[in-house]
Amino acid sequence: MSKYYLPPGLPAPIAEPSDLYAPYWQSARNEKLSVQRNPATGSYQWPPQWIAHDTHTFELEWIDVEPKGVIYSWTRVWHPVHPALKDAGPYIIVIVELRHAGGVRMLGNLLGDPRQEVEIGAEVEAVFEHHNDAASPFTLVQWRTVGQDERSPASQKKNSLV
Amino acid sequence: MNDHSLRGRVAVVGVGETTYYRHGQAPEPEFVMCLKAILAACSDAGIDPHDIDGFASFSNDRNGPTAIAAALGTRELRFSNMQWGGGGGGGAGALGNAAAAIVGGLAECVVVYRALAQGQFGRFGQGAQIAAAPGEYALALPYGQMSAAQFFAPKVMRFMHEHNVTQEALRAIAMASYHHAQANPRAVMYGRPLTEEKYDGSRWIAEPFRLFDCCMENDGAAALVLVSSDRARDLKQTPAFVLGAATGAPCGAPGSHAGAFATPDYASSHFKSAAKRLYAMAKVKPQDVDVVQSYENFTGGVLMALVEHELFKPDEAMEFLKLENLIAPTGKLPLNTSGGNLAECYMHGLELQIEAVRQIRGQSTSQVPDVNVSLAVAGPMDNPVSTILYGSEATL
Repeated sequence: MSKYYLPPGLPAPIAEPSDLYAPYWQSARNEKLSVQRNPATGSYQWPPQWIAHDTHTFELEWIDVEPKGVIYSWTRVWHPVHPALKDAGPYIIVIVELRHAGGVRMLGNLLGDPRQEVEIGAEVEAVFEHHNDAASPFTLVQWRTVGQDERSPASQKKNSLV
Repeated sequence: MNDHSLRGRVAVVGVGETTYYRHGQAPEPEFVMCLKAILAACSDAGIDPHDIDGFASFSNDRNGPTAIAAALGTRELRFSNMQWGGGGGGGAGALGNAAAAIVGGLAECVVVYRALAQGQFGRFGQGAQIAAAPGEYALALPYGQMSAAQFFAPKVMRFMHEHNVTQEALRAIAMASYHHAQANPRAVMYGRPLTEEKYDGSRWIAEPFRLFDCCMENDGAAALVLVSSDRARDLKQTPAFVLGAATGAPCGAPGSHAGAFATPDYASSHFKSAAKRLYAMAKVKPQDVDVVQSYENFTGGVLMALVEHELFKPDEAMEFLKLENLIAPTGKLPLNTSGGNLAECYMHGLELQIEAVRQIRGQSTSQVPDVNVSLAVAGPMDNPVSTILYGSEATL
């Protein structure tokens, strides 16, 4: 059983363009969640952009936000479209809304039993999934339902990530 | 008439398609099918193919206008146009661009075409087999979100959650396409009806999409020829006049499918602004629409597209989306009357544009009586999206 939520062999994230993505992926290595913000207006942006949508400044700042959110939407994938996922299904993709950071959204997997009931609006927290054995080590930002550890042995197993 | 409107000034006068095949089954090269579809559309119109002077397509079609013009012996290539966007969102946009070129005097006889041979080239619906993903793709692919079904499923899931829509509504959309395909010998799913039991028993692809909620992948080619309305009236077919066309994308939508999760108005097919401009240009109201072709990449996209074209309110979806309402000739609003992307052919929705024209002509295999206003919606959720209305002479 893989120590990661999904089996190896999927495309790995690379921080390119570096000026746009390196701060986010570096933060994830350090178990922090960073997003862009316009220092003049305080408006958050995600995914990162070269320019602020509101004032058109190119001088955006990076800010750490609390790594938690609520499930905005989700899907449970059954049909694999990549050889690495051939016998991996089902798995859950969640879209997480960070209300404390301007309502930006992020995408990841919902850890735990892949057949669990998923509830839109449920509180989730980030789990930093370190792929230290990759040629270029990286960290994925995964999510688990708050308080799930106590409820589900299956999720506990999945959550004990390296 | 507003000088800046397309309304009534251009018509589709010819339609044509090759045999439609299962993906990878085309017996000839994509370019050859493309030429055959164009020749069929010209023959249908009674137009000499040498007279085509403009070409418009969408979704990065591989068959470029100069190559087609050379092959057809085009005397003077005046207009070549590609509607931006890599999916089916641009089908109606390509027709709108063709119409605008004719109204603006850039060309006189424009063909809109799409050709697909997925055996010769790559298949849709497969994940990218790459070692590393940059940019927005790095935010989705490593999490196993890598196909259109997976990108779009959470949008529909959220819409269904907000408006208490259940699977039966999606099932009715799928069944309408399959129902109509049983009357259409061109349809790949002709002779293969869908029942509620078969739908309910089909496997999940990505919730809330079951197998039958997802479009097919096909090979073939399709084409439509447009000329000015004055010239259209002298040709052999009943003209399908362009009443209006519109393209649009929501504010703040990221530039890739991989970034779609960040779209502010997420639970949407993204027709909210375009549909309003469409009806305004066409000078018709949603209740005037006699028949609708609505691109099914996934049934959930149709659900949201119909709502955003104001054909019913979101909270009426369960009541409206019943099979009896959606089938010709008696349904309240017959939907996808050729079988569409689900059951006729996935020609990136150009087969739906052809069907919308046939409904105006009275030539559909599931004809709705007395069609005057025929709506054809291109790929929902696939920015920029596009939509078009065709009308009979009586609407002008």
